[in-house]
Amino acid sequence: MTASMRRRGATILVGGVAATMLLAACGGSSSSSESSSEAAAPSESAMASEGGGDVAAGCEAYAAYMGNEGTSVTLFTSVLPPEQQRYEDAWKPFEDCTGIDIVYEGSDQFEAQLPTRIAGGNAPDLAWIPQPGLLAKLVQQGGPVPAPQSVADNVDQYWNPAWKAYGSVDGTFYGAPNSSNMKSFVWYSPKVFAEKGYTVPTTWDELFALSDQMVADGIKPWCGGIESGGATGWPATDWLEQVVLRTQGGDVYDQWVAHEVLFNSPQITEAMDTISGWMKNPDYVNGGFGNVQTIATTAFQDAGKPILDAKCGMLQQASFYAAQWESFQPGAVVAEDGDVFAFFLPQIKDEFPNPVVGGGEFTTAFSDRPEVQAAQTYLSSAEYATARAAQPGGWVSANSGVPLDTYTDAIAKLSAQFLTDPNGIFRFDASDLMPAAVGAGAEWTQMTAWFGEDKPTADVLQAIDDAWPAS
Amino acid sequence: MSVEAHEIIPMPQPEPAGREESIPEAARRKLSSPWASGLVILITILWTIPTFGLLVTSLRPSSQAQNSGWWTIFTDPTMTLSNYSEVITGGSVIPNGIEPYFWNSFAIAIPAAIFPLVLASMAAYAIAWIPFKGSTFVFFTIFALQVIPLQMSLLPLLTMFNKGWSLGPIPIFPDLNKPGSEQSIFVGTYIPLWVAHTMFALPLAIFLLHNFVSQLPRELFEAARVDGASHFLIFRKLVLPLTVPAIASFAIFQFLWVWNDLLVALTFAGGTPDVAPITAYLASIKGSYGSQLHLVTAGAFVAIIVPLIVFFSLQRFFVRGLLAGSVKG
Repeated sequence: MTASMRRRGATILVGGVAATMLLAACGGSSSSSESSSEAAAPSESAMASEGGGDVAAGCEAYAAYMGNEGTSVTLFTSVLPPEQQRYEDAWKPFEDCTGIDIVYEGSDQFEAQLPTRIAGGNAPDLAWIPQPGLLAKLVQQGGPVPAPQSVADNVDQYWNPAWKAYGSVDGTFYGAPNSSNMKSFVWYSPKVFAEKGYTVPTTWDELFALSDQMVADGIKPWCGGIESGGATGWPATDWLEQVVLRTQGGDVYDQWVAHEVLFNSPQITEAMDTISGWMKNPDYVNGGFGNVQTIATTAFQDAGKPILDAKCGMLQQASFYAAQWESFQPGAVVAEDGDVFAFFLPQIKDEFPNPVVGGGEFTTAFSDRPEVQAAQTYLSSAEYATARAAQPGGWVSANSGVPLDTYTDAIAKLSAQFLTDPNGIFRFDASDLMPAAVGAGAEWTQMTAWFGEDKPTADVLQAIDDAWPAS
Repeated sequence: MSVEAHEIIPMPQPEPAGREESIPEAARRKLSSPWASGLVILITILWTIPTFGLLVTSLRPSSQAQNSGWWTIFTDPTMTLSNYSEVITGGSVIPNGIEPYFWNSFAIAIPAAIFPLVLASMAAYAIAWIPFKGSTFVFFTIFALQVIPLQMSLLPLLTMFNKGWSLGPIPIFPDLNKPGSEQSIFVGTYIPLWVAHTMFALPLAIFLLHNFVSQLPRELFEAARVDGASHFLIFRKLVLPLTVPAIASFAIFQFLWVWNDLLVALTFAGGTPDVAPITAYLASIKGSYGSQLHLVTAGAFVAIIVPLIVFFSLQRFFVRGLLAGSVKG
């Protein structure tokens, strides 16, 4: 009898839980339908306001994109919150005026998910592809749709020609750049510079005169860290790229990327020797951390921290490093007269002026529906880039149609100044262009060994060449 | 009928005194020694430390959470609930709160737990008690399907949903597109998720329930057949009530698996707020450079509430159901 009572109690409990689950399910579906109807409401009102057929007041700038009311365009990216909201704020007027809803989806598994979704027939309408190599792979796989003429016109008008080449595969142009980042920066503390009476160097010789001055003053001039989990070594590949572009120029850089100039060649060896006297110079590094070997074991995120304590003079790192300072010192001001700021890593040879190594992502379409082309064209326009640049958070575009005063962030402004320089030499981060076995493999591990184990330069370069895929 | 059924089921009874100790009792006696208890407490504490660290991190202000380890809370006790409010209602970093994702997770996990259970319990009964040719073969084939890794079937399934699938000229699964677009009607719905989770759950569900159902006493079914009960009546009146422990334990399993799933959800539903589950939200709030890990810890604790409620309210079935079919009572 007691057994039967227990059974019955159990049945009642399960029944109760099942009922609760069902209730929860009903609650869930009704609330989600409510939220979707709420979401639909604004776009309907936006459409209603344009019902007259003419372009509504305040929407003149979007006249070219009209005629697609009530449609939506999905955009798949690797950019996560909080940047997501800044994008959505930037293109809100476009959405309100044209009635095209840009549905944003960010994922940190972007590189893995995108090929899967394309193969599975569930490709997004637009995607921001951060590596030209991935774009080429996807074109080979099938999926990307060539960009319409309107996008090409925008890119021709606003960007350094190098960008169009990086957005193209085999001569077919696929996507305009979205954001850009600028890797040719040196971070320093304006306070320390002011105290010691240092001036920001504008030539390579000045940079090293300053380094020697710091050594004389008892400050290690350089700090660095290349530890980055599975990607350990990438900051060192950036140093190599900076020096190759500065000592050999854009043509050799392109041949190097294509493996026509080998790693174990006189040109790249010369670049490595330059780094030996810089980031591998025991007199210069590793400020705040220890000897040269500590570069291999210091996390790249932490590498700049000694600058704030005046234990290290300078750090070569990309523009996105601006976000790190806040975590070292809450309230740290990134500005020319603040706690920390950056200057352009000077050119080495006058024949290769203003060399900039950078990166960016390309707005690639997977559908040629008119609303997708409208959104793609808008995202390559100067209006969009200006609206996005006005948002907080240090976003940079290499779009020369953005007035430099738009940038609210000092680093973003400085980045844009060099990225839009029509006389500058822009090159994409080489390790992002090389085959993954090298650019995301051997080059990382060998550069780490070069710093961490003091592996001979020739062996390092040969090992990278050996890892280059045969075909 | 049902009262009779309850009494026929053998329940674990305490062994009569005076006989030799049974193995479970000996084990219980040994495990309740002070040393064993101490060891268990020690292991429990050790295993709880990471979760505790997560909890502490979720309560620390972002600047501290990024700069120092959670154990520094003991020397510098600064606590805030701001991470939780940011995650739950949204804030400057994450404008959308956790809420839509929370309901999505329910809308995904509840049907994805009920569908396989309904199908599997029927299948288990049919395989165990309806004599037909090849029933053993069917059972072993289903069981063998478990060796297929989920990851391998993701892409074919996704292709099937979005482009249809046909065997030569014979369409097996139609290519259903939304009117006036190239997009499948399944894009942006829960349906592919439900189907995928159901399919992935069925082999184990059928195996577990079959073993449980097949051990019900034969006399029960014979009596019911003599009384003229149909298969469906037997299934409803006898099998379902008697397999409640196994069903409940599998329901917990399946609910937890689906609730914690990220891979299947990202593949079939994507990360948009109208369909993505809470796990996709957690993965996205860490920020592009992992700068908001303190928010992830708070989000994780919000997400953990539901599995905890489900587990604690059903835990007695959980343990009993785990043993389902393993030993004869």
